[in-house]
Amino acid sequence: MNGHGIQLINVGKEFKNPDSYKAALTNINLTIHEGEYIGILGLNQSGKSTLARLLNGLLKPSLGRILVNGMDVDSSEQIREIRQLLGIVFQNPDNQLICPVVEEEIAFGPENLGLSPSEVNKRVSWALEIVGMQDMRYHAPHLLSGGQKQKVALASVLAMEPSYLVLDEPTSMLDPVSRWEILEHLRKINKENHITIILISHNPEDLLDANRLIVLHEGFIYMQGTPREVYADMEKLTAIGLKPPGLYQLIQQLEEEGYGIDDNTSTIPQLVEKICQK
Amino acid sequence: MSKIIDIKDLSYVYLPGSPYEQQALKNINISLNQGELLGLFGGNGSGKSTLAKLLNGLIYPTGGQVTVCGIDTNIKELRHDLWKKVGLVFQYPEQQIFESNVYDEVAYGPRNLGLSESEVKTRVFEALDRVGIFPDSMVNLSPVKLSGGVRRRIAIAGILALEPEVLVLDEPMAGLDPLGQNLMLEIIKARQEKKTQTTIIISHNLKDILALADKIAILERGALVFHGEVQELLSKIDILSQFRLELPDYLQVAYALNARGIKPNNDIKNINEAGLELIRIISGGKGKL
Ligand SMILES: Nc1ncnc2c1ncn2[C@@H]1O[C@H](COP(=O)(O)OP(=O)(O)OP(=O)(O)O)[C@@H](O)[C@H]1O
Ligand SMILES: Nc1ncnc2c1ncn2[C@@H]1O[C@H](COP(=O)(O)OP(=O)(O)OP(=O)(O)O)[C@@H](O)[C@H]1O
Ligand SMILES: [Mg+2]
Ligand SMILES: [Mg+2]
Repeated sequence: MNGHGIQLINVGKEFKNPDSYKAALTNINLTIHEGEYIGILGLNQSGKSTLARLLNGLLKPSLGRILVNGMDVDSSEQIREIRQLLGIVFQNPDNQLICPVVEEEIAFGPENLGLSPSEVNKRVSWALEIVGMQDMRYHAPHLLSGGQKQKVALASVLAMEPSYLVLDEPTSMLDPVSRWEILEHLRKINKENHITIILISHNPEDLLDANRLIVLHEGFIYMQGTPREVYADMEKLTAIGLKPPGLYQLIQQLEEEGYGIDDNTSTIPQLVEKICQK
Repeated sequence: MSKIIDIKDLSYVYLPGSPYEQQALKNINISLNQGELLGLFGGNGSGKSTLAKLLNGLIYPTGGQVTVCGIDTNIKELRHDLWKKVGLVFQYPEQQIFESNVYDEVAYGPRNLGLSESEVKTRVFEALDRVGIFPDSMVNLSPVKLSGGVRRRIAIAGILALEPEVLVLDEPMAGLDPLGQNLMLEIIKARQEKKTQTTIIISHNLKDILALADKIAILERGALVFHGEVQELLSKIDILSQFRLELPDYLQVAYALNARGIKPNNDIKNINEAGLELIRIISGGKGKL
């Protein structure tokens, strides 16, 4: 079981409630290759955050095994190394922000990696710039606005430059300008630096850069495929209450009438443009 | 129509005199009539949540005036009862969830209103139903065991159970799945139909609320840069593009056609009609792409 990538083998996760057991994930078999860009979607309670937290050993699987670059997440000797490889941006930034000053918050991870002070400083400036928070370097994280907190949480994980980046709804509170910038950055580090991205979102448009979408439903893997494949199966998506982005609804409608649309159409204005040119 | 919210020359400074002093709002003037729905937009840190907290008297102006339901929040004695009339759902549900189980959490507000325990129960179950939570499986659970989206729903239910005259929702759609988002839209519509309930929604997604909003306000670094009717905003292409506010998908089709000088045969009112229009255009052309 050597080599790179993440493997989940027959993974299950149950939580104990006062009078019952709750199966949050069941029978998950999944291989994520290094350099992939994975999008995860699914209804509330479908198990997305549970999956994320299993990947860095924050939660232990009830069943099965999880390997990161061949190392078992369950083994305490290797968990430190795994956490340096795999960074998570949590759904609620307050669970992540612990330092009294933004700068310290972002330096925390790189310092723990044993980097030199000048390298740490470089990483802090770089990460702050990516999220557009240079002005807030000496502010207190707990006094920031909701979206600013989300940006600092994101920057603090980016600064560690992990090989695997797991992001649990990182755009939920971002303004549209910031949201597009961050998505653009994720695309860039995936393409240029081969950082593996695992992005969870309720916004189907956030996930259009993914090579592979995974739809979770009631703790099971319900669908898997490229965004185009998954979003084309309207029937299967709407059966559980999900819907594809408007662009894909239009492409689907056109294809049903026999008009094929090429793969590099990524916005509605582009689609309209292509149609008008014909 | 009577004015339910009247904001005059409002300014707000956090921690004045300290190293963290921050002017969050400057010279804001907004008014809203009873029964209206206001969509409040603006970049991260522009002052939206600060304005929300000023509306229910959690904080009060450092300059100017906020009058809600006839209560001037500068007057200390009056401020006290404002929470009964103005319900605020916080940006992060964790900011408002404190009880040890779901039932007590949603019951907290109604109990403080002094309602009987049977009336409280009715309110709790009704509110949970409206946010799509099936009580039997949930009421005894601890909120820490809930998923993010469910925690959001519980936070919304807790405020709905107050049946507030004015409801302020700080990014209510964040973290909700499409089913939850639809329920949220139903809740907003039902309030509008009553004509007496006023609602303010803070959002980053114009698509979500364009069809429902009566008025839109946009903040930029604490200043009000737009305040007017939805139709007026739609004609301000510069503002839409500056803030990257996205129109609903069907309108994007209509606008893109318009930009190319093509007039749709019919008014495009939804995504399906937009698709039909595209098919019409394509089939009138040379054939397949
Ligand atoms: N600590 C816990 N104890 C008990 N049950 C839990 C715990 N954490 C999660 N669960 C349950 O596991 C299920 C999956 O939760 P999870 O947070 O993974 O969902 P999610 O897909 O991230 O949902 P959302 O979109 O709402 O964030 C839910 O039913 C949740 O209540
Ligand atoms: N408690 C506080 N103390 C000091 N400054 C604060 C506090 N809360 C917010 N601020 C600052 O006030 C400004 C406005 O914050 P506010 O939370 O109102 O923004 P917002 O529009 O809601 O942003 P977001 O979209 O990120 O939620 C920001 O610059 C923020 O850093
Ligand atoms: Mg989650
Ligand atoms: Mg806010």
